[in-house]
Amino acid sequence: MLAVLAQVSDFVAPNIDYHAFGPELALVGALVAVLVVDLIKPDGNNPFLSSIAGLGVLGALIPVITLATDGADRFLFDGAYVVDNFSLVVKALFLVSGYVVILMSTNYIAEGDYAEGEYYFLLLCSLLGMTLMASARDLITVFIALELLSIPAYMLAGWRKRDLIGNEAGVKYYLMGVFASAVLLYGMSILFGVAGDTRLAEIGQAIAGGAGETPLITLAIVFVVVGFAFKVSAVPFHTWAPDVYEGAPTPITAFLAVASKAAGFVALLQVIYLAFPGRDDVIQPLMWVLAAATMTIGNLIALRQTNVVRLLAYSGVAQAGFILAPLSVASDLSLQAVITYLVIYAAMNLGAFAAVIGIARKTRSAEITSFGGLFEYAPGLTVILSLFLFSLAGIPPLGGWLAKFVVFRALADANTASGYVMGAIVAVNSVIALYYYANVAREMWMKPVPDGDRSPVVVPFSIGAALALTVVATMAFGVSNLATRLGDQATFLAF
Amino acid sequence: MDFIQDWGLTAMVFAPLAGVAIMMLFPKDADDTHKVLALLTSLVTAAIGIAVLADFDYDDTGSLQFLRDNEWINVINSRFILGIDGLSVPLIALTLLITPLVIAYSWNHFPEPHNPKAFLSLILVLHTGMLGTFVAQDLILFFVFFEVVLLPMYFMIGVWGGPERQYASIKFFLYTLFGSALMLLSFLALFFLTGGETFSMVELAERVQGMDIARTTQLIVFGGMFMGFAIKVPMFPFHTWLPDAHTQAPTQGSVILAAVLLKLGTYGFIRVALPILPEAAQSWAPWIGGLAVIGIIYGALGCLAQTDMKRLIAFSSVAHMGYTMLGISTLTDFGLNAAVFGMVAHGLITGMLFFIAGSVKERYHTLEIKRLGGLLVSAPRLGWILGFCTMASLGLPGLAGFWGEFPAILAAYQPAEGLPVELFRGYMVVAAIGTVLAAGYLLWLYQRTAFGTVKDEFVDDPNIHDVNGPEWIAWTPLLALILILGVYPNLLFKVSDGSIVNVASQIAAATGN
Repeated sequence: MLAVLAQVSDFVAPNIDYHAFGPELALVGALVAVLVVDLIKPDGNNPFLSSIAGLGVLGALIPVITLATDGADRFLFDGAYVVDNFSLVVKALFLVSGYVVILMSTNYIAEGDYAEGEYYFLLLCSLLGMTLMASARDLITVFIALELLSIPAYMLAGWRKRDLIGNEAGVKYYLMGVFASAVLLYGMSILFGVAGDTRLAEIGQAIAGGAGETPLITLAIVFVVVGFAFKVSAVPFHTWAPDVYEGAPTPITAFLAVASKAAGFVALLQVIYLAFPGRDDVIQPLMWVLAAATMTIGNLIALRQTNVVRLLAYSGVAQAGFILAPLSVASDLSLQAVITYLVIYAAMNLGAFAAVIGIARKTRSAEITSFGGLFEYAPGLTVILSLFLFSLAGIPPLGGWLAKFVVFRALADANTASGYVMGAIVAVNSVIALYYYANVAREMWMKPVPDGDRSPVVVPFSIGAALALTVVATMAFGVSNLATRLGDQATFLAF
Repeated sequence: MDFIQDWGLTAMVFAPLAGVAIMMLFPKDADDTHKVLALLTSLVTAAIGIAVLADFDYDDTGSLQFLRDNEWINVINSRFILGIDGLSVPLIALTLLITPLVIAYSWNHFPEPHNPKAFLSLILVLHTGMLGTFVAQDLILFFVFFEVVLLPMYFMIGVWGGPERQYASIKFFLYTLFGSALMLLSFLALFFLTGGETFSMVELAERVQGMDIARTTQLIVFGGMFMGFAIKVPMFPFHTWLPDAHTQAPTQGSVILAAVLLKLGTYGFIRVALPILPEAAQSWAPWIGGLAVIGIIYGALGCLAQTDMKRLIAFSSVAHMGYTMLGISTLTDFGLNAAVFGMVAHGLITGMLFFIAGSVKERYHTLEIKRLGGLLVSAPRLGWILGFCTMASLGLPGLAGFWGEFPAILAAYQPAEGLPVELFRGYMVVAAIGTVLAAGYLLWLYQRTAFGTVKDEFVDDPNIHDVNGPEWIAWTPLLALILILGVYPNLLFKVSDGSIVNVASQIAAATGN
């Protein structure tokens, strides 16, 4: 007994830097507050819940800003949790995206037959997982962050519980996600076995040293990448995305398509740049094939879609291909390109979903044909959705062109045949993508109203705010260096 | 005057957008407010533009003036560089003139489905794009402005166009986007080939000269730019989007398309492609000249086969832009000057012809040439104006069209050193035959529409009236300029010459002649 106590007294509590945990603590505070308020007034609409969630997310941004102005890199728990420029940039991205999703949810959730308190609780949990992911520099922390952001998302995907398509979405997402987690865990266990450490930086050093010679390490790298490829819906691991996107409540679809996807990319970047820096010979061909297949197949299937949400799902798959493309070459500009793309993509894709939510309040459908003649009775929403669609297509001066541009730039910078071929594939795919984006615009601008109902669309305040935020961001990103500077800032802490 | 020196160009380029922002504040059904606001905006833009042009030093047209060089997207090394020289001035003046006239013409000529707010906003956004392209001195900035015009034009054709508008608009969009994707790749290649430090046109031109870039690479990079610009011009065989777009576009869209948008392509050749890659330009020149004369003949033959007045004018654009491209392909200061004159003349004359086509369509509800006739009887003034413009278009000396065509043909007699002289003399002969064909199709058009008696179906049509107020306001300046430039072409040659001589001597120096 005494011996045990003696051992305990040897234990020195780690010196916790609470400032570094500021964003996470604010989110935890907000989610507890949501639960408590929901307990006090359990039934009916509670307008405070979305406000608390929204304020909590904005509150979490404050420590992100103070940490950024402070500028010091923070290194906690022997390097399992790190606050560096990269983590701050992507944390800000997650939080702002999360805030826009909450704005989009406010009316959607309040007007439907949904459990509001639980909804915001789970949404905040998932966001917490994402912010944690941004700082995770250890296999175990990465895995915990991944599950923390995924498990609430499985439930949210099936939130329309009286709808069969909604149920299908939840179950499908859950099964696919768990399968991906299993593959990932297997890869991680091999990594640990070979490298003898769970910290990404240590693994990187081990691989650079003798452990890199082990053939098994290739298998581990492939498994880990495949695990995250599910999250970012890269072909051939994309099959869950369209069904889940269609069945989930539209704000959650936006959340999955933007924030959750970005989290997958963040995890991917962390393992690629920190754990496998010396293994470009495996990573680059793998990324090349994934990127080419993802953008081409995503685009070709998107051409045939008749539902806007499914179209956005497949276009999101194609966009994931564009984001993966810079990782297929050895260029110093790749990391910057991926982060810049993610930032711009978040603005325009969230905006597109917000506009679809606004329009679907009137059309009661997301079929493309139901959007016919929208320009006649809802010109504002039409113009805004067109802006987002053409931004996604990459037409200057809207933000999307700059995203594509940085990808081209990274590919050209590598100055290799495979880089130029990838550039050509991206160019061809951009033209294909324009066709289906323009198709939606054509329906809205040039076709007659299908049912003759021209009653105006009432846009609730919160959706209007979400649209305003995303429109301004999309336009500003296209004509200024905001997004590229964020991309430039997002550098990993050097070890 | 300091404001004009420092910020004049910036203010001019973005004034139309400010106007759009103000228009957004008013509800959709306040038609008159929108018309007045749009007209005011275009006039304010023109006023700023005139202040700039008045302050322009016409004794030094060869160097960039009003230079504005600010940081922009520095992570990708792109800067916000604006500046104008003698090459930009005529085109800016043309743009500043055409837009208010188009808006004035719109006053009571709104195509279905009406909606002045959206229609006029799109015209103003186009205005910013066109002006920006002519003043940008950074390749990325140039590219952005070059693309800004796509969306408004797409919607203009697609929403307010004719029966086949959806097909025509997406064809226009995809064609141009394809060209500009290749162009952007070329810009990026240039950027990395020259050390990856700048997109400034002037600096890139200097760097390319100072470096030893493989000839094949230069040729390929030029090829990418060629695709982007040639589709915009449009040159044979990339012209097929043009007849569709022109025929389906509303009158205002056709006028802007013909008067300014096509010039973005030819301007791009002279501003970007030739000075930056002179050696590649020299190798490409015979091919460009060849395609240009094919375009002249093909466009003319196409015209002879048309039964629709608007489609005929559209095909005549292909032929006329052929002369401009022939002038450019000679790479001499004489030919390039002719090209600049040709751009302005074609903008004035073809813009005017599309205006007339729009007014004829409004009165007769058809543009089938064989159903028209006797325009001089039913609407004599309109008939005379059509006559004036067809004469100008076929290159009658004394009117503006002549000074675009004739010097271009003449320049092909003696192309720049290093180009195959015999080949270009052959081109000269073919181009000269083209002028005969042009006289043929234009006179035939005029004869069938204006002469003779009024067809029975239109004899007592109350719809057919002569030129009205807004039409006079919109047309008088164009008609006057066609005449003035025809009588005193030096007005334009004097302005463009300085910068053109620079381009030509740059090419001559780089190609070692």
